[in-house]
Amino acid sequence: MINRTHVHCTVNGDEVDFLSSDDTSLLDALRDELGLTGVKEGCGTGDCGACSITVDGKLNCACLMFAPEAEGTEIGTVEGIAEGDHLHPLQQTFLEGAALQCGICTPGFLVAAKVLLDENPAPTETEIRYALAGNLCRCTGYDKIIHAVQEAAVQLNGVTK
Amino acid sequence: MKYAAPTTVDEAVGLLASDADARVFAGATDLIPQIRSGSPEPSVLVDLKKIDRLIGSSESGGSWTVGAATPTSTLTADAAFSGAFPGLSEASGLIGSDQIQNRSSWGGNLCNASPAADSVPALVVNGVRAVIAGSNGERTVAVEDVVTGPGQTSLADDEFVVEFEVDAPAANTSDAYLRLIPRTEMDIAVVGAAVRITMDGDTCTSATVALGAVAPTVVRVPDAEAALVGSTLDDATLEAVAAAASAACNPIDDKRGTIDYRRQVAGVLAKRAANIAAERARA
Repeated sequence: MINRTHVHCTVNGDEVDFLSSDDTSLLDALRDELGLTGVKEGCGTGDCGACSITVDGKLNCACLMFAPEAEGTEIGTVEGIAEGDHLHPLQQTFLEGAALQCGICTPGFLVAAKVLLDENPAPTETEIRYALAGNLCRCTGYDKIIHAVQEAAVQLNGVTK
Repeated sequence: MKYAAPTTVDEAVGLLASDADARVFAGATDLIPQIRSGSPEPSVLVDLKKIDRLIGSSESGGSWTVGAATPTSTLTADAAFSGAFPGLSEASGLIGSDQIQNRSSWGGNLCNASPAADSVPALVVNGVRAVIAGSNGERTVAVEDVVTGPGQTSLADDEFVVEFEVDAPAANTSDAYLRLIPRTEMDIAVVGAAVRITMDGDTCTSATVALGAVAPTVVRVPDAEAALVGSTLDDATLEAVAAAASAACNPIDDKRGTIDYRRQVAGVLAKRAANIAAERARA
């Protein structure tokens, strides 16, 4: 018998309800029940960070959570980073700096980078590299990604380095 | 698999006692990959994070109680904790990426029973105790008595770790943890070495040395401890520490390192960790 659990949580500021099997990952629930396909599956074992989301403000891998664990939490995905049609500075600098090739890793990098800049508005290059160590890019575009985060930090702080 | 989120220790024990295939988890950072790679599925996934005692830490007179499911990122961000136990904080912070740090815990790192678990050597040298709940009530054991082999613990099917007790360090006492991995982040220890030292001026009066990833379980190195006590950590002492650490290893050959390499590195890391711990203890 398949158990379906009712889950109530907040996703990108909106209250949502969904039904999920107990052993479904939060990643699958976000994609299949809520249509949030910006959350990507890379490895499914917490190594690559493509499914990075925030849970109550903390960076997590959605593939390492069971969907019922989301009950009562506030979830943030890449879909919640832009304000309407207005891209977040990180999204803009990723675009302008071509900090992506195939793009599968990009949503996870954006979510992780935003958590970093929210906590540390002026990170060093080393701090950025460590903060993004849980996000893998198989097209090996790391330098452009790091540069995009540095540029976004400058824009957000309204200062030059 | 069914999901259960008990809110009390008794409720969680009841779930385990009534179903031998039920399994507890905290961050699931080991459990989910294990299931995905073909390990038997538990019948009930018992999420421990809704039990108050399992999450958070408290300090009283320098001693700490740490919930077994407390995210390691919470501990490393705690300045008072990290100041008192810098090596234990460093070891806890080495478990995976920031994503993993928000889910990984001492209870999970210990009970997953990987020989390479980073927090365990540091828990051992600090004399940390695990409070274990089960159908017969609670018992308290030294962390080094929990793991019995790779993936194996001394816990009964109906038991789980509730919290950890960490005594205040004695005066002029500090710790350090070093590990070797082939890259700078996001890998599994080839060797880990934790040392805690008490200094009286330039003389070491007490020492504890433990190694990870070089044997089926974390190993204490009594010969290295004996060499350190009474010494000023002079070169001859440190060579004796390194030799004792290398001799205490019972490592495997794998893609991360050969037996000889692990033995060699264990000596080097034990020596360096002793120096760092001593420097911190003098400060």
